[in-house]
Amino acid sequence: MVDLSVNLAGIKAPSPFWLSSGPVTNTAKQADLAFAAGWGGFVWKTIGTPIINVSSRLGGLNYGARRLVGLNNIELISDRSIEDNVREIADIKRRWPQQAVVASIMAESKKEAWQELVRQVEESGCDGLELNFSCPHGMHERGMGAAVGQVPEYTERTTDWVKSVARTPVIVKLTPNISDIRQPARAAKAGGADGVSLINTISSIIGVDLDRFEPIPSVNGRGTHGGYCGPAVKPIALNMVATLAQDEEFGLPISGIGGITTWRDVLEFMVMGATSTQVHTAVMHWGFRIIEDMIDGVTNYLEDKGFHSIQEIIGKAVPSLTDWGKLDLNYQVRSQIVEAKCIGCQVCFAACRDGGHDSIRLQTGTRVPMVDQETCVGCNLCLLACPVEGAIAMARVDQGKPYMSWEQYVSAAGAQGCRGG
Amino acid sequence: MSEGTSELGGGVAVGRLNEVTPPFSSQAALDEAARCLYCFDAPCAQACPAAVDVSAFIRKITTGNLRGAARVILQANPLGASCARVCPVDELCEGACVVGKTNRPVAIGRLQRSVTDWAAANSKSVLRAGRPTGKRVAVIGGGPAGLTCAAELAQLGHAVTVFEAREKAGGLNTYGIVPLRLPLENSLAEVEMVRGLGVAIRTGVAVGRDVQPEDLLRDYDALFVAIGLGGGAHLGVPGEELSGVYEALDLIAAAKLGDLGHIRIGERVAVVGGGNTAIDAATVARRLGAREVTVVYRRGQEEMPAYKYEVDFARGEGVNFQWLAAPVRIVGKGQVAGLECVRTQLAAPDESGRRRPQPVPSSKYVMAVDTVIKALGQAPLASTIARLGLQVKGGRLEVDAETGRTSQPRIFAGGDCVSGGGEVVFAVQQAKRAARGIHAAIVA
Ligand SMILES: Cc1cc2nc3c(=O)[nH]c(=O)nc-3n(C[C@H](O)[C@H](O)[C@H](O)COP(=O)(O)OP(=O)(O)OC[C@H]3O[C@@H](n4cnc5c(N)ncnc54)[C@H](O)[C@@H]3O)c2cc1C
Ligand SMILES: Cc1cc2nc3c(=O)[nH]c(=O)nc-3n(C[C@H](O)[C@H](O)[C@H](O)COP(=O)(O)O)c2cc1C
Ligand code: SF4
Repeated sequence: MVDLSVNLAGIKAPSPFWLSSGPVTNTAKQADLAFAAGWGGFVWKTIGTPIINVSSRLGGLNYGARRLVGLNNIELISDRSIEDNVREIADIKRRWPQQAVVASIMAESKKEAWQELVRQVEESGCDGLELNFSCPHGMHERGMGAAVGQVPEYTERTTDWVKSVARTPVIVKLTPNISDIRQPARAAKAGGADGVSLINTISSIIGVDLDRFEPIPSVNGRGTHGGYCGPAVKPIALNMVATLAQDEEFGLPISGIGGITTWRDVLEFMVMGATSTQVHTAVMHWGFRIIEDMIDGVTNYLEDKGFHSIQEIIGKAVPSLTDWGKLDLNYQVRSQIVEAKCIGCQVCFAACRDGGHDSIRLQTGTRVPMVDQETCVGCNLCLLACPVEGAIAMARVDQGKPYMSWEQYVSAAGAQGCRGG
Repeated sequence: MSEGTSELGGGVAVGRLNEVTPPFSSQAALDEAARCLYCFDAPCAQACPAAVDVSAFIRKITTGNLRGAARVILQANPLGASCARVCPVDELCEGACVVGKTNRPVAIGRLQRSVTDWAAANSKSVLRAGRPTGKRVAVIGGGPAGLTCAAELAQLGHAVTVFEAREKAGGLNTYGIVPLRLPLENSLAEVEMVRGLGVAIRTGVAVGRDVQPEDLLRDYDALFVAIGLGGGAHLGVPGEELSGVYEALDLIAAAKLGDLGHIRIGERVAVVGGGNTAIDAATVARRLGAREVTVVYRRGQEEMPAYKYEVDFARGEGVNFQWLAAPVRIVGKGQVAGLECVRTQLAAPDESGRRRPQPVPSSKYVMAVDTVIKALGQAPLASTIARLGLQVKGGRLEVDAETGRTSQPRIFAGGDCVSGGGEVVFAVQQAKRAARGIHAAIVA
């Protein structure tokens, strides 16, 4: 049996499968259902002075027959009283002592407001606090949420206010709506944060109603900028998580969030440096039940690979992430079409001719094309476009030339008195 | 009687003759369309005799552009709605679909049907008549070939008049293809679509009887002959005149028009023939209530010209088969009481490449049946062709393969009267070629 338990900055949980703050984590009933289904942690819907929400609040991005590859929302923080939330958290902690319950909080940008909220919420017996410096809509217009997270000084100052009174570990939830994720992350650290979680949603307009000329979702004829999440944001989130995992100046534990839907997604975030992961859209779409395959898939993977604890894989892929300038220019692959598997759709031909390097040739007498090994640059496009698993293989052709990076190339060229461009 | 059915003349529930394949729901169409790989130079389009750009229209389904999808289909094939239902897609587009190499091919026929049904239901006229050229063309025969040629020429701006001998236009789509596959209203809707292009369709007017070819040649710049084939061939055995002996095409036409007044299908039916018409007649007889229906064919199962999916469907309907048996006499006094057959065996292949059946000596036997349906294939309309003074070869009109031009420079032809009998989509293909040939000839 593999050990799935994790410990993020002192917040212990039976597994890294947590639910992030939002409509999924609004009530005690949901926490009961989630923990009964097998989730390991629950970041409560952001608690603060109750707000008023609009209707409707969500917009979806579909891809072909696939629903909700992306989701956008204009919902604010909890619309329930602080007292109700605190009472329910206390209740849940009594019933589920092993599971992690983290209270997400957000207050007006005043020291007293934040510190009072921390005191009130910690009464619940929660295992930690997550500071919402990252809601990109609505709250942000009121000087809260991403308005704090986008300015490193505010992030540091507010974290410091909280840390000076908090008794439980404090995680800062970062906004992706910045240009360099390391700046707010370092600021959170400077303010004393014990860890960070990322990403919150990305500023977005999910679509436009072409009959009414209104953004989606529409609130009585008008729309607003929303927050984007779901499977489509995973690459952006993964990039930011990995960037922090690599930042030596940073070095705090990370809870990875953004588009996580399957056990594979969980593992990818963890090998890129996350200690725990948080899921939202996938549960909004499919319900708590998706946890069953997440646990099953991760467990099988770890067993197959011979790991005993999930903690062994945290950050395992981080060392292989490097700068472009350090990639090996002498490593060369070429595309090869596997005739026995090719079904002859020739999608690769169109892709390579119009968007690759015009290296796929049609042949007479067969629909199976051939790759011109002389001109193929090994870009992968054909492989990515091919609808049949295994019908295109990328084969190494460089005959083991020694490693040479762009950095080496430029310095060698510089030594010879010419400049690379 | 269940809901949604009504009585035919013969006391039969019409619901049993309704179209068998249900339409896709719009959701099912979206899901199915998403399976298309959008192949480059797609093999399905290459396999389509009407050259419908299949992956283009399927992609339009996925983007919600149904009007565009309908245009792609109907511009290539004005009879796209009936072809969606009656084409042997296994042998054509779907047979070529590369998804079929690893999985079930994309259901192209049903997708096409969902688009053309949508266009019909939303009265979207996607085809437009061209700017008038002042040229006039007469089309003889209002079946698939005639309607296609008329639609093509009308889009090019020519004034077209279709002369159709029967009461309704549509040819075998209206009278010959069983309603289980192609309901009457779909065929008639297609006729109306062609009429909507400004084509004059004069039904009940037979050329050679009501209008003379000379007059047409005088009044029109070109003629397109699309008269199809004639009635069924004779069996040539004693007893054919008995009551209870029917022609398959008459049975099908009666079933299709919902008027079986003059036809009485008994309990035990023998259908003579091995083509698709025989299979169709047999399934219709079953659906009309016959207890036992047997298709009698003088060659073996392998040699049957009928499509396998048709034969499989008939089997599922409870139709029996007797291969290697040839009728020699219909038995009975006034009314059919039996069909006397002789066993056959197959000799070496003849010049047509098919193995000729030979009677097995002293192997005669009598099948106890009360109804005999003849489905021996249609004979050419020799006298009409003769009236037009056109060259024939083996009963078929001879035309130039590129232009569809006959031996007379201003007369073109296409469809079953040229091919000797085929599928709707091949009639469309020939009619499209002839339309191009006519256009080139009259605008020159
Ligand atoms: C029972 C049966 C089932 C079939 N099933 C299928 C199927 O499932 N799928 C498929 O693709 N194909 C099927 N076919 C074949 C298909 O129906 C024909 O290939 C197609 O209809 C040929 O079109 P056409 O226009 O050449 O001839 P027709 O459809 O025969 O039309 C010819 C028209 O010309 C008219 N005409 C004849 N003489 C004159 C005259 N002198 N003056 C004016 N008008 C005249 C006729 O009344 C008729 O309307 C089937 C055929 C039969 C008989
Ligand atoms: C409707 C909705 C409401 C959300 N509300 C909050 C919130 O109150 N506090 C918060 O920290 N994050 C909130 N989030 C952001 C999610 O917790 C999460 O960071 C984001 O959706 C990315 O994860 P996902 O791709 O798994 O959904 C909300 C997301 C959605 C869709
Ligand atoms: S790898 Fe890129 S360049 Fe090479 S054949 Fe494929 S698409 Fe073309």
